[in-house]
Amino acid sequence: MPMILTIARRRLLMPLALLALAVGLAGCGVNNIPTNEEKAKAAWSDVLNQYQRRAELIPNLVETVKGYAQQEKDVLTQVTEARANATSIKVDASTVTDPETFRKFQDAQAQLSGALGRLIAVSEAYPDLKSNQNFLALQAQIEGTENRIAVARRDYIEAVRVYNTELRTFPGVLWASTLYRASKPMETFTISEEQMKVPQVKFN
Amino acid sequence: MLRRVALLLLLAIALAAAATARAELSFPPLTGRVVDAAGILSPQMRAALEDRLAAQEAKTTDQFVVATVPSLQGTSVEDYANQLFRAWKLGQADKDNGVLLLVAPGERRVRIEVGYGLEGVLPDAVASTIIQTAIVPAFRAGDFAAGIEKGAEAVIEILNLDPAEAEARARKAAEPAMAADDWVPLIIFAAMIAFWVFVVYRQMRGGYLGRRRGGAALPGGISGWEWSRGRSRGGFSGGGWSGGHGGGGFSGGGGSSGGGGASGSW
Repeated sequence: MPMILTIARRRLLMPLALLALAVGLAGCGVNNIPTNEEKAKAAWSDVLNQYQRRAELIPNLVETVKGYAQQEKDVLTQVTEARANATSIKVDASTVTDPETFRKFQDAQAQLSGALGRLIAVSEAYPDLKSNQNFLALQAQIEGTENRIAVARRDYIEAVRVYNTELRTFPGVLWASTLYRASKPMETFTISEEQMKVPQVKFN
Repeated sequence: MLRRVALLLLLAIALAAAATARAELSFPPLTGRVVDAAGILSPQMRAALEDRLAAQEAKTTDQFVVATVPSLQGTSVEDYANQLFRAWKLGQADKDNGVLLLVAPGERRVRIEVGYGLEGVLPDAVASTIIQTAIVPAFRAGDFAAGIEKGAEAVIEILNLDPAEAEARARKAAEPAMAADDWVPLIIFAAMIAFWVFVVYRQMRGGYLGRRRGGAALPGGISGWEWSRGRSRGGFSGGGWSGGHGGGGFSGGGGSSGGGGASGSW
């Protein structure tokens, strides 16, 4: 009799125990690391998209400015070179865990931001250029893209903060060291005021 | 020693509090489609504008909100507008079709922030043109009401520029149909529930003394049935569509913005 009872209990308890284990694991945040990792990766690809969009707008802008301000050769060359430099760096999803490439990417984009800001600033001196419809539209698009970059970077920084925190705090640290050993902390942007500055344009 | 630790701890807490205080902006509550926190509009003008914006939402489901704030709290108009847009969740959740016209008279800055879903309809260059030609001249002359009214009219005109597109927007948001993709996880989920129910049922029936044992064990522990019911409830409630169509109150539909639009100053 006690034998039979034990067997019956075992047969009943096995699936229940499995179930409890599954629910318990989910409750312990076993899914948090992959979830947060995917979110951070999505935020990163949005950052890349916006930088890409800016890079695509630049040749058009350079051509338009050239038509009116031939003498600003230096600034125009700087922008073209900075763009070539920024787009030459190969970035993908794995860049975020590679500090070296990440820093290079960030520096190149910051350099391009600076050159672009100067180009917009010198354009102020050419009334004909400033009243050109094409230039105004491009300027609005560049500004809009700079702002989208700022937003995408902010979202990325937040997503990485959540992900990195999960990797380093309990109970995430347990899963990081067992199930998700391939999940590495991601690099994040260091926001320097200068880099974050959107090219200032005055409409007077 | 203990004192020093306590002091350090206190310092850390104070620093953390200061950091969060600086990062957090405070926003006026979303009381309607016109939120005049800066108090620059007359009640009649507010009411007229409200009606205009409500009519637009009824037509295309676009949520267009006009806001004035007394201060940008030290941040840029772009940053403030984006965070305000996201805090208010303008636009329908599945369409992100919100627009925010933000005026900060204190900083003399104005911005049209466009939700993801309207970036194609109202591109940055068009938003910039509206600001430069409709809004800024009136603001320079000191007439906020005229500038806001003209700007809002221009935005609404752009939103309705392509009737076919506007109609498609309204239709898609009005009937959130279930796509084929949505059924696959549902079927898998139903199969999972069926599997667990089957397993528990087998155990309850199959075992010796099973009925008594089952009756005792199931309510106490996490039973398969309870669990799947809780899960299914969570699964179905997602993707809710809460527009501002209900009764008198107005709330954001769950949309977001990625920083599209344009800004200007006067």
